[in-house]
Amino acid sequence: MAEIKLEHIHKRYDNAENYAVTDFNLDIEDNEFIVFVGPSGCGKSTTLRMIAGLEEVTEGELYIGQDVVNDVAPKDRDIAMVFQNYALYPHMTVFDNMAFGLKLRKMPKDEIKERVDHAAEMLGLSDLLDRKPAALSGGQRQRVALGRAVVRSPKVFLMDEPLSNLDAKLRVHMRTEIAKLHEELKTTMIYVTHDQTEAMTLADRIVIMDAGVIQQVGTPFDVYNSPNNAFVASFIGSPAMNLNEVTYSNGRITGQGIDLAVSEPTKKALDKNGYEGKKVIFGIRPEDIHSEQIALEASPESVMETNITVAELTGAESILYIDVGGTEMVAVVDARDYHQAGETMEVAFNMNKAHFFDVETEEVIR
Amino acid sequence: MIKEPSNKAKFFIQLTLIIGALAMIIPFLWMLLTSGKTQAESTAIPPQIFPEKFQWKNYSNVWDALPFVSFYWNTGVMIAGRVLFSTLFSAMAAFAVAKLEFPGKNIFFMLVLTQMMIPAQIFITPQYLLVQKLGLLDTTIALIIPGIVSAFGTFLLRQFFLQLPDDMMEAAKIDGANIGQIFFKVYLPLARSGLVSLSVFTALFAYKDLMWPLIANISQDKMSLSAGITTLQGQFTTNYPELMAGSVISIIPMVILYIIFQKQFIEGIANTGGK
Repeated sequence: MAEIKLEHIHKRYDNAENYAVTDFNLDIEDNEFIVFVGPSGCGKSTTLRMIAGLEEVTEGELYIGQDVVNDVAPKDRDIAMVFQNYALYPHMTVFDNMAFGLKLRKMPKDEIKERVDHAAEMLGLSDLLDRKPAALSGGQRQRVALGRAVVRSPKVFLMDEPLSNLDAKLRVHMRTEIAKLHEELKTTMIYVTHDQTEAMTLADRIVIMDAGVIQQVGTPFDVYNSPNNAFVASFIGSPAMNLNEVTYSNGRITGQGIDLAVSEPTKKALDKNGYEGKKVIFGIRPEDIHSEQIALEASPESVMETNITVAELTGAESILYIDVGGTEMVAVVDARDYHQAGETMEVAFNMNKAHFFDVETEEVIR
Repeated sequence: MIKEPSNKAKFFIQLTLIIGALAMIIPFLWMLLTSGKTQAESTAIPPQIFPEKFQWKNYSNVWDALPFVSFYWNTGVMIAGRVLFSTLFSAMAAFAVAKLEFPGKNIFFMLVLTQMMIPAQIFITPQYLLVQKLGLLDTTIALIIPGIVSAFGTFLLRQFFLQLPDDMMEAAKIDGANIGQIFFKVYLPLARSGLVSLSVFTALFAYKDLMWPLIANISQDKMSLSAGITTLQGQFTTNYPELMAGSVISIIPMVILYIIFQKQFIEGIANTGGK
């Protein structure tokens, strides 16, 4: 059982002027799968390493369970960590790699063997126990790294971009394996990635970070559908949300070739917050731009004419780069509509799904 | 694409190599031939290349004249001691410099580097005083002492440790290893090729070290091979055939070692860039 609590955690590296992590507050529940996501240098790995005890906490308090562990050595925190480069011991066999931590803890030999065999079976490594890491494929090495963590039965599992060295297909496969592992082990897991798809698919809750500051914490559904600010809106989702600066006036947004009526709730929110006649950031997800006839007929006041500059067929869907009165936007539509580059096309914006952000603070307007 | 050298170039390359090889081999052959000559043959002018009759007597004379068993033993202890301690201590220092953070680390490493730039002879006086104060002069142990840590070895192994990733250390920390366990169980086994290079290098230098054994030890039965055979060199006359016979006897262990560890020797010297 391990809740983790981060209270006003700050991190500044020696000789660095700015904080790498600023005022990080988070309560992680027992058995929760938390994903830290953000662009490189956003402080997500630093935070993970502070939880692991590999970096000192500059300010703030870190709890694992009931105890403050700021000054507790990594080995006494009852955590296990999986590294991006696996960090396997090249001179040891798979068995010894997994057993190393247990041997150091002076566990009886037969119990070590039992645990390693069990973990190896769970991860499909049983036939590879005598091999050295050099004789393994990337995916197998990754599994050994997971196995090394599993055998310890730690309170907390930490993973630092564990899949980023694998090829795309294997990554998807291992992602599922990790999800299964979490189901089986029922351990608190903290997972760092820059890949928003991994974050969306694995997490119970996602922590989105930028420049050392938490931007939003929430379920994948929340952060996707109600982003707190323009950064979260653009970071989560692929292709990214279309964000354009427009002027709001009298229930319509205009500018950069865009001329659309906003929805009734949006109008209320914008009016209430005093945005009449002011600039706002208009955000709309690619899949909320529709080309089907039925959508065009349903909301004639939010239809615009566009030119398709590039059409990318991904299979079930087409990604269309469209020119909306001089502004480039991305739309994802059903591939069966067969759109080609160079075509002129009418699209309907689902204004109920539109997001509006302040131009200065980039905070959402609700 | 690498261009094949022309025939003319090949000829010159081969010629250079042959000349180089001869320059290396001739003194060695000359030693073997001289060791079978009579005193007169060895100093004949014009030089006589082959002995009339191979004088095996030179070997038995020199074997009887000098305590070769003691020489072998002392040299063996010296080499083993220096190899063991210098690889261990240099590896520890190198690991600290390469992988750990501690105050004064850069100054420490600079001091190590400085030591490599100063001729080793400068250290002989302080080393002598040190060994004297320890009461170890004229003992087999005295032969080992100046070689128990090596600046060069620290520098060499630091390069090896720098190449090894840091995240293994972090993984080991989380696995519960302390710094000693991280060093002995994780990093040291991975620096194996560096350790082999350093061992070969240290063994070679210990074997051919002459000045220190001559200075530290006076009793004949405490001498190393290199120091021992110098006693055959007289002040006024030198019995060259016997000196050469002694030399042949003294290189036998090194030749045997070389035959056994040929691969490591060549790798070691290639790694260290030593000659």
